[in-house]
Amino acid sequence: MKQDPLIPEIGVVTDIRTDTPDVKTFRVVGLDGKKPFTHIPGQCAMLSVPGVGEALFSITSSPTQTEYLEFSIKKCGCVTDWLHAMEPGRQITIRGPYGNGFPVDTDFAGKDLLFIAGGIGLAPLHSVINYCRHYRSRYGAIDIVYGSRSMEDLVDYPEILNEWSREDGIRVHLTIDREQPEWDGHVGFVPNYVRELAPDTARTVVMCGPPVMIKFTLAALMDLGFDRTSIYTTMELRMKCALGKCGRCNIGTKYVCKDGPVFRFDQLDELPDEY
Amino acid sequence: MQGVKEKAIELLRSKSVDRVVGWKAGEFFYDLTPAVFTSVPEVEQSFVWSVFCAANLSKYLIAESRRGGKVAAFLKPCDTYSFVQLVKEHRILRENVHVVGVQCAGMCDMETIRSHGLSAVTSVAEQDGALRVETLYGARTLDRKDALGEKCRTCKSKKLAVYDELLGEQGCDEDNGRFLEVARIEAMTPEERFAFWRGELSRCIRCNACRNVCPACSCETCVFDNPDSGLRNKAAADAFEENLFHIIRAFHVASRCTDCGECTRVCPQHIPLHLLNRKFIKDINGLYGPYQAGADFDTKPPLMDFTLHDPEPSQAAVRGGGV
Amino acid sequence: MKQIAKTELDTLFAAITAEQKLYIPADDSAGQAQFTLWRPGLALSGRLNTARSAKDLFFPQVENLVGFRMHAGAIERVETREEPEDFVIFGVRACDCRSFSILDRVFLSEPVDTFYQMRRAHATVVTLACTRPEETCFCAAMGVDAADPAGDVTCWLEDGTLLWRANTEKGEALTEKLPMLRPCPADAADAQQARTRALMQKLPLAKLDLSAFGAGKTRALFDRPEWASLSEACLGCGTCTFVCPTCQCYDVEEFRDGSSVRRFRCWDSCMYSDFTKMSAGQPRPTQRERFRQRFLHKLVYFPENNDGVFGCVGCGRCLAKCPIHMNIVKVIKTLGVTHA
Repeated sequence: MKQDPLIPEIGVVTDIRTDTPDVKTFRVVGLDGKKPFTHIPGQCAMLSVPGVGEALFSITSSPTQTEYLEFSIKKCGCVTDWLHAMEPGRQITIRGPYGNGFPVDTDFAGKDLLFIAGGIGLAPLHSVINYCRHYRSRYGAIDIVYGSRSMEDLVDYPEILNEWSREDGIRVHLTIDREQPEWDGHVGFVPNYVRELAPDTARTVVMCGPPVMIKFTLAALMDLGFDRTSIYTTMELRMKCALGKCGRCNIGTKYVCKDGPVFRFDQLDELPDEY
Repeated sequence: MQGVKEKAIELLRSKSVDRVVGWKAGEFFYDLTPAVFTSVPEVEQSFVWSVFCAANLSKYLIAESRRGGKVAAFLKPCDTYSFVQLVKEHRILRENVHVVGVQCAGMCDMETIRSHGLSAVTSVAEQDGALRVETLYGARTLDRKDALGEKCRTCKSKKLAVYDELLGEQGCDEDNGRFLEVARIEAMTPEERFAFWRGELSRCIRCNACRNVCPACSCETCVFDNPDSGLRNKAAADAFEENLFHIIRAFHVASRCTDCGECTRVCPQHIPLHLLNRKFIKDINGLYGPYQAGADFDTKPPLMDFTLHDPEPSQAAVRGGGV
Repeated sequence: MKQIAKTELDTLFAAITAEQKLYIPADDSAGQAQFTLWRPGLALSGRLNTARSAKDLFFPQVENLVGFRMHAGAIERVETREEPEDFVIFGVRACDCRSFSILDRVFLSEPVDTFYQMRRAHATVVTLACTRPEETCFCAAMGVDAADPAGDVTCWLEDGTLLWRANTEKGEALTEKLPMLRPCPADAADAQQARTRALMQKLPLAKLDLSAFGAGKTRALFDRPEWASLSEACLGCGTCTFVCPTCQCYDVEEFRDGSSVRRFRCWDSCMYSDFTKMSAGQPRPTQRERFRQRFLHKLVYFPENNDGVFGCVGCGRCLAKCPIHMNIVKVIKTLGVTHA
């Protein structure tokens, strides 16, 4: 009998890294020790702890990482509470990949890119940023604007400092909401920082973060003269099947799990305002 | 009929109230929907008072009485008990509601009419206590009592528990043998009784209509919807859970249930859910003395009160004899 | 075309049962028709349609997906699925038969739902033409011909005779195993069909106008103020969803029993307050949004994604069953009136 897409595989969590006080990154391989499946940046997977629940998470690692999948997960509910409490070596279930992913090999190719993220919103962008770094010559300039409440809440801070910031053609602009003694970088909210930076409107923008950040950053980009057809975001709605069937993430004619989670803002404009 | 619609118009026209809760005309003659009317033209156009006004409007007053301004509601005798009970539980703000009591001769039910083998019914007209039912396949005359919904066949009282004004006469308590079916089930052996309830409850599709319509079920978040309760279940995983939902619900509304009968009326699977509640009412009457939830604003429901004369739990077990 | 006397239905049903499971509409203890496993003596219901729809046979209310056993941090996956047996579902009305093709568009599109696919593959659908439609019927408005339902086999019951016409290979295969069916003229059902079709025209909802709905109507309908009054009395229960032959939203839940877990799916309703609720927020905060979702999905979103086919078959169950008598017909009639 054919395996049903709702039936997950068993995975092993081989490593757990604490990123921030409420974000941990989980490294997952299959029972055979290999990467469970290949994906494209921006796609998601369903992880579950049987008896606790199943939930959809962005795959944080780049497809160019051939050994494992990684997920940066914020503690905010049943499944995530359990994951945060677990020890490496334990098993979970995994199924995927789901969703459309970012058009890294089509629309993004040859473009100057601007990534804008807030808080845990860096997780879905992490995959695409590292993909673009891997295939550096396929893309133009890369700017990354990333903001968080505090220094401690910056996800992947060591990687950003030690790898991303040191690479040619990549500029990282970090900001935190409030002054901190040990911080000598920018202070302020992401939308205002974007206005200050006044990026070139020819850039293709990829944005992810809390709704309020998205709303005001979008307004800033509009004021700067950006076109909605060149701004991408990734959405999060309640999902159960991730197959476009259970009905939960339906907005208008789209299913976020299948037709998304990546949308351009001109595509979102076509949908009823219910997300 | 009794000038109900005229009263709605009068109340809105005189600005005595800001809104009126009543029944709105549907596609056919019987499919009335509870509705809030805010203007005289709206009432003139679609307000209906007929033998198909079975819906108990009391529960809507939880929200309506908190919306500001004054709201008038038309309540039948049975509905007034739910209203009083909800006022007692501080769910309805009494001062914001103008209760128009409406005497009632029992409401007809389309599912009951259909159960007589009548289909494609196009009209029902009352003639001398009988109902002339026209269908696409011919006409038939039914006794009015044969067209009544379950809750009206076993009506407990025509006495309104509260009203600010009354259309029709105040009535009296009725004895329509509402506990006969409970007694019949009590007389069964435990095995027969279990089989009876499994037969009924196994039809449940967990649509929650009984719970959502129930005036006594007014929790902000039901224990069965609350993920933190450990009891949340959307569909029964097994027969035990199938029973559990209804039994827990019956326990939770015990001594607050007024026997309004809405649970059974709305059940798409025709499960006689009211029998569970009536069993509690019958037992409470026996153990604590006759008690009618929602009959007054002052007495405490027996299961929420303690008196020195309360029977000991052991007494209930002895008296119950496995019931 | 074949035929058998109505008095011989038991013989026919027994012969089908000798080969595979047979479900027929039979009256339950509350007097409503439900698809029931046939056993000798079980009588075919005289009612027009079943209270629950025929979708239950392909998309049951609760269905095990998989089991897990947990030992010391390790998870063992346990197969809970059983290969379905072949079965015949007899007496499906034209509306419910149409609903299968709507469910097919959801469950059989990639990635295929193999649970549903298996049941469909194992089923032979025997439909039964209607002769006495209810006032709540509006299948004609949804393009369904109640006098000539689809299915592997189509039947007509008339004057003590059951007429039987195989439509597909599966239908032919079943027919071959039923020697008690005797040949009859190909036009045996014509007179009944003409009568039924004339009757359908006389139904109060026969002329239901759907021109305001369909693909591309989201913008015109989404912000209509009437959604507020249409949804104001809605109890937020799942009755309409669960009796609907085309509603297919589901939830995935788990049942824990010590160290083992059974993961199952169950019907869910977009009318429920927790349907879209997340730890991060609620995109449909009131009953108005949930109500709107249910009807726009059937009348606009589904047709837009499915060649204009509405997600409704006009069976009328929601008209008969909604506790407050709100339903798709009232939505269509209210919103079908365009603003000046």
